[in-house]
Amino acid sequence: MSLVLIVMLPFIGAVLPALMIRTGRNACTIATASVTILAFALLMTHVPAVLRGEVVQVGWDWLPGLGLNANFFLDGLGLLFASLILGIGLLIIIYARFYLAKEDPMGTFFTYLLLFQGAMVGIVLSDNILMLLIFWELTSLSSFLLIGYWKHLPEGRQGARMALAVTGGGGLAMIAGALLLGQIVGSYDLSVILQHKELIQASPLYVPALLLILIGAFAKSAQFPLHFWLPHAMAAPTPVSAYLHSATMVKAGIFLLARLWPVLAGTEIWFYLVTTTGLITMVVAAYIALFKDDLKALLAYSTVSHLGLVTMLLGFGTPLAAVAAVFHIINHATFKAALFMSAGIVDHEVGSRDIKHLGGLVMLMPITATLATIAAASMAGIPLLNGFLSKEMMLEEAAHTVWAGQAWLIPLLATAGAMLSVAYSLRYITQVFFGPVREHYPSTPHDPPMGMWLPPAFLVGLVMLIGLFPQTFAGPLVAASAGAVIGGPLPDYYLSIWHGLTPALFMSAVALGLGIVILWRYTQVRAAWQKGPHPQAKALFDRTLTGAVAVSSALTYRLHNGSLQRYLAWFIGACVVIGYVTFWLSSHEAGNRAMLPAAPVAIVGWLLLIGGCAALMALHRDRLLALITVGVIGLIVSIGFVYLSAPDLALTQISVEVVTVVLLLLALNFLPKHTPAESMSVRKVRDGVLAVVAGLGVGAIAFAAMTRDFVTLSDFYLEQSLPGGGGTNVVNVILVDFRGFDTFGEIIVLGIAALAIFALLDGALRGEVGRKLDAWVSTEQRSMNRHPMMLVVATRVMLPLALLVGAYIFLRGHNVPGGGFIAGLVVAIALIMQYMASGFGWTAKRMRVDYHGMVGAGILIAAATGIGSWIAGHPFLTSAFEYFTWPLVGKFELASAIAFDTGVFLTVVGAVMLTLANLSRIGRRAQHQQINEQPMDVNPLENTKN
Amino acid sequence: MIGYALLFGFVCLSLAFLLNLWRLVLGPTLTDRVLAGDTMVINVIALIMLYGIMETTAVYFEAALLFAMFGFISTVAYCKFLLRGDVIE
Repeated sequence: MSLVLIVMLPFIGAVLPALMIRTGRNACTIATASVTILAFALLMTHVPAVLRGEVVQVGWDWLPGLGLNANFFLDGLGLLFASLILGIGLLIIIYARFYLAKEDPMGTFFTYLLLFQGAMVGIVLSDNILMLLIFWELTSLSSFLLIGYWKHLPEGRQGARMALAVTGGGGLAMIAGALLLGQIVGSYDLSVILQHKELIQASPLYVPALLLILIGAFAKSAQFPLHFWLPHAMAAPTPVSAYLHSATMVKAGIFLLARLWPVLAGTEIWFYLVTTTGLITMVVAAYIALFKDDLKALLAYSTVSHLGLVTMLLGFGTPLAAVAAVFHIINHATFKAALFMSAGIVDHEVGSRDIKHLGGLVMLMPITATLATIAAASMAGIPLLNGFLSKEMMLEEAAHTVWAGQAWLIPLLATAGAMLSVAYSLRYITQVFFGPVREHYPSTPHDPPMGMWLPPAFLVGLVMLIGLFPQTFAGPLVAASAGAVIGGPLPDYYLSIWHGLTPALFMSAVALGLGIVILWRYTQVRAAWQKGPHPQAKALFDRTLTGAVAVSSALTYRLHNGSLQRYLAWFIGACVVIGYVTFWLSSHEAGNRAMLPAAPVAIVGWLLLIGGCAALMALHRDRLLALITVGVIGLIVSIGFVYLSAPDLALTQISVEVVTVVLLLLALNFLPKHTPAESMSVRKVRDGVLAVVAGLGVGAIAFAAMTRDFVTLSDFYLEQSLPGGGGTNVVNVILVDFRGFDTFGEIIVLGIAALAIFALLDGALRGEVGRKLDAWVSTEQRSMNRHPMMLVVATRVMLPLALLVGAYIFLRGHNVPGGGFIAGLVVAIALIMQYMASGFGWTAKRMRVDYHGMVGAGILIAAATGIGSWIAGHPFLTSAFEYFTWPLVGKFELASAIAFDTGVFLTVVGAVMLTLANLSRIGRRAQHQQINEQPMDVNPLENTKN
Repeated sequence: MIGYALLFGFVCLSLAFLLNLWRLVLGPTLTDRVLAGDTMVINVIALIMLYGIMETTAVYFEAALLFAMFGFISTVAYCKFLLRGDVIE
């Protein structure tokens, strides 16, 4: 259980800094740090078990149908990474407290940091590969926020976007690869996948899966040629760089390679892809790092180079190389985080991180200089420091690795990489801290407050301790994590400073000597480099991005340019093509069901429908006429529903027709009454052809379906309606019970639609539109009869009757046609009548109902009904019903569905009335008339007095 | 006997529908067309009642009830639109 807590704590704790920042920066830091400390402490409780070789597991089924389980496990590798993430995270939090300036929003920073931390811990502890992918994407997103933290800097924003594009894009490839892997094994649980090496490597899907996973991992771990995003991510605040690029984000790709090493490694293709990529990355990045003047850029490229080193080691595929890789991950994390932090200190206290403006700082800031020197010496691989040990192991492995029959290639290039590493590390030391003291620096250099140098000092302490006593301080962790990577017995190795006169020692010495020579002759080397070409990845990336955007915009605007005709043409055209192609490619025969005779009245109805449609086509330019004809078509459709035994649909259709007419007339008042003729004849032909072809297709499908017997889901509903849902009206039982969740979603949509209409019109009426309406002068001749007496009396008499019908339809709905939806429409129409007869103002004074509240109440009631079944231990929206007997009334049924139906009812009434009320506001605004005091134009009482 | 009566009713209604359609298409005025639509609603009520009698079921009568209750609302709305421009003042 505590494993889940370790992952969830940073996510839950992410709200703390955002809240605590109000009480001050120290409180905010303490809150953030305590979250990490707690998670770290929880992790430490598992250390004894993991070091004994046990695997801590916890999990439960989440979406078993998809193979997505919330499983976590902690083995040596997970422990190593989780400790790095949480431990260095804690140091970063302390460091950031002193690094961030007063005007930087610290709460936001720590929130992002904790989100990122949670995502990283999630990656390393996930047992399910799908869940790992979710966390993987979360790191891409949260690192985007962190890198772009200084929103005012364009480099920050661009760097963040580039990082997101590359790592997120790689993540997409990863998803595909991981899915393939799960497909091969038949499980998405890593602990299962790791057991099936032979199955995976024998599968034809092995190569595609490997390629996709490697793309994702290489993009994340900045391997050549996808390395270019990392230096640009240096625009982030230094604590972010130190965290993301030493211990966490970029190590995620390495982690995945190590995690899947037991099943993916050991093949030829793995060796050549991973080793070669790592080797090239190591040498190329080290070469570039040598010529970077920006301290953080130098460290960025050196990070890329060291990641390449680890990748290469993993690529070797031998257990000893895996041990070296794991050991170097630890060492690199310690010295690189310390180096980033010291670079940040220099930047912070001197005001520049450009080597050309630095030098001679050793006397001015001795603490920083000492720390940076030791860390950089470790990076260079100087003996007695931890960097030396793992580099030695790397060279030893490289010394006897043969690449395509060439035994000299890898040792030579590895030595070259080590040599360049020595050169840039020593350059970092000598050209920043040593040399002559300058006349003036951008600001007066001095050592930072303790809070800022303590975190790197702690790491430097580790660098030395591991360097001097490797077996004591790193041995158990290396053994546990290497054991997890290898997934088998550990090879014979011993972590120590002296291994005798090995080839590695010789290579190391050569690298050190040549590195010093390079630095000695730096001016000449630099001059030679200046002459060479310097490809700029950013320009290339920007060009690619611009090109991709241009292509996709062109495609998008061709498909939908904002014209409804265009959308419909594409949509219907696509359906037609798919339908007709499928039809021609498959065999088909006529249905065998006997045809029913056509009743003469039905033929008349058919004629009416065709006549109505034809009339609509002919008259559609006059919008009012079009509305009338559409009404007639709706009428025929309604009786069609009656004739085809669908009374529920008929009732709904009849009510909807009425509401539609009123709504459209309200809108039409301020719209042009005629549609102008705009279409060219070519388009008319296109639309005509599309319409005819699509209509024929739909007709053919309907005919084919109706002339043969087929099994549908309907039978199930018909059988289960009464025993399962307690109602004989299947339509209603489906709505409120079988598919209650759909209905729930639909009423939410309905409520949102009504609120959106309110928001749009309300906003519009406050602005330009409102002023236009205020100045509106109607040119048309209007009747003086505003509220005719006959209409008022008729609707008033109708009101109680209509409400009674509404109640009746609502109550009986579960068993015979009716239900909340129809009842809602009926009641809404009954109310609309009153508004039409006596005017909105008069009626609204007497109908004090808040329709917003009604919509909300409806949705809440429906939700409460659904949640109610949780209390009874059933899934959401399980309905219950019981039969009761009351004197006088007799036996009757009470179903929980009726409460749900009440919610539907209220939402429908509220939504319809809210929409109407708001549409009618436009008209009222333009009329400039007083609200009438009397319900109708003529006051009958006055007449009797006379 | 009821069979003949129903047949007679259906024939009359069918004729009425076709004439309504005639008026709807030809117009000539807007009022003619609104009235054609309104008359159709009346005819539909009758048609549903006849159909219910023929099938000896009361299940469709609610549809007729709704038409009877609300069928005139659309007509009133059209009239108000023509006379006043604004349906809900």
